[in-house]
Amino acid sequence: MSTSKLASMADAVRDIVRDGDTVAIEGFTHLISFAAGHEIIRQGKRDLTLARMTPDLIYDQMIAAGVARKLVFSWLGNPGVGGLNAIRRRIEAKPAQLEIEEYSHFGMVARYTAGAARLPFFPLRSYFETDLPKANPLIREIESPYGDGTVYAVPPLRPDVTIIHAQRASAAGDTQVWGLLGCQKEAAFAAERVIVVVEEVVDEAVIRADPNRTIIPGLIVDAVVHEPLGAHPSYVQGAYDRDNRFYLDWDPISRDEDATRVWLRDWVYGVSGRAEYIAKLGPDRVATLTPGPAPSGSVDYGDYR
Amino acid sequence: MTATDPSTFSKSEMMIVAAARELAGQRVCFVGVGLPNIAVNLAQRTVAPDLELVYEAGVFGARPARLPLSIGDPTIVTGATAATSMFELFAFYLQGGLIDVGFLGAAQIDRFGNINTTVIGDYDQPTTRLPGSGGACEIAINARQVFVIMRQSARSFVEEIDFRTSPGNLGGAEQSERIRREQGWLGRGPSVVVTDLGIYHFDETGEMRLDFLHPGATLDEARATIGWEVKVSSAVGRTPQPTDAELRLIREELDPGGAYTG
Repeated sequence: MSTSKLASMADAVRDIVRDGDTVAIEGFTHLISFAAGHEIIRQGKRDLTLARMTPDLIYDQMIAAGVARKLVFSWLGNPGVGGLNAIRRRIEAKPAQLEIEEYSHFGMVARYTAGAARLPFFPLRSYFETDLPKANPLIREIESPYGDGTVYAVPPLRPDVTIIHAQRASAAGDTQVWGLLGCQKEAAFAAERVIVVVEEVVDEAVIRADPNRTIIPGLIVDAVVHEPLGAHPSYVQGAYDRDNRFYLDWDPISRDEDATRVWLRDWVYGVSGRAEYIAKLGPDRVATLTPGPAPSGSVDYGDYR
Repeated sequence: MTATDPSTFSKSEMMIVAAARELAGQRVCFVGVGLPNIAVNLAQRTVAPDLELVYEAGVFGARPARLPLSIGDPTIVTGATAATSMFELFAFYLQGGLIDVGFLGAAQIDRFGNINTTVIGDYDQPTTRLPGSGGACEIAINARQVFVIMRQSARSFVEEIDFRTSPGNLGGAEQSERIRREQGWLGRGPSVVVTDLGIYHFDETGEMRLDFLHPGATLDEARATIGWEVKVSSAVGRTPQPTDAELRLIREELDPGGAYTG
């Protein structure tokens, strides 16, 4: 039996996220832990380096709230809507108010992979004849040791903390995900400390009945936070849809510093945590996000005693 | 304009229809952010029912039941052939050479099809910060060919792009072919650019050439929105206008809210 790592979001963030840390809240459009991001804002963490392939609204909000000094990313947009205005303003400011380190998607995935595997770099067939290596000198051309040409290398990314959201985990942190898998597995294995936030805490037997669905074992997890709807306004496959209305609403809010401050006051600083945020959102709004069922067939792993 | 009146259609609708038709006969398409998303979904419902849609979010063989609101929409997962990690998607599917067409959008493009989606102005002190590469840079290098869909304007069709995010025909066909061969790129580069005014292919020098004008568009209009003296085919064709079925699919099924066509 493994010991329980269940913690409240407030405790998990207080104990695990430190000022100055490199923090990766991963999840590609799917499973973005807004709940953890908001708690980091509430606790007034400072000088973070925030890493994410797609900073999405969560990093726009966190950077607007002043928790970060640097952003590491590969695509800086509001998916399906437009730009990330709070971040853009800081990059376009003269002088810039935010340090950036930029890659491509494959570059970011490769960085987490190198970090997880304790490799000094990861080689990829990208960046040829582009300006990206000039913009970011950490992207370097290298010769194949086998004499068959050049590739580009990216350095390992080893976050101090990776935070992921998942459909379910055991209290020990064995975590299962379905739908888009993004790079959460790589980002979690690459990290020093890991927080898993879940829709549902399940018995270990549920995990063991379907081991192919496990992306990370409790072995590398430091805290398990039970936070239903913790990924809103992003989504959880099978549980709730992306709240596209909010992604649209964020565009005008984030264009204006005052409107952004008011939003943060009302929806982040002004609530004690995710439960109050969801209550404020209201059951009608949540109901509109609930998908119809599309269950997978079950498979038989066999009993081999 | 009523929902199904085919006698009037917007420039955006014509552009999306023309882009979708380009996918006839293609097998595996990597879907970029924005306009490519609606074009490929229309293609799958019309000229290319067997088209395998690949999304960088980690999906092969998507059969979206609704138009994905973003390229990470849950509808691309339900009913797909495979949901993969992004590492698998980029390393095995894209870099492994399985992608026939990479379909990209762009903020700026030059005569050789090199694309900027990173910044307007200087990188360190940008006038406008754009989203950046996402997967576009590696798609442009590793997909067998690249299709581009974007609206035309003098700000976007420029003599010199401010930042090269995704390589096209570099400084011309000769240089591009040599470098691609020497470095072993899988991609042959851009083959078509579809805009709201017409359809461009790349000639033997690797330069964009206007081959079709959409109904209602004029050569003057096309020239006025391109920042270089664009090559024009000696026999410019007229793009067939959208069919009733194509317009119905866009208006009723794919984009009833006008997110892409409004």
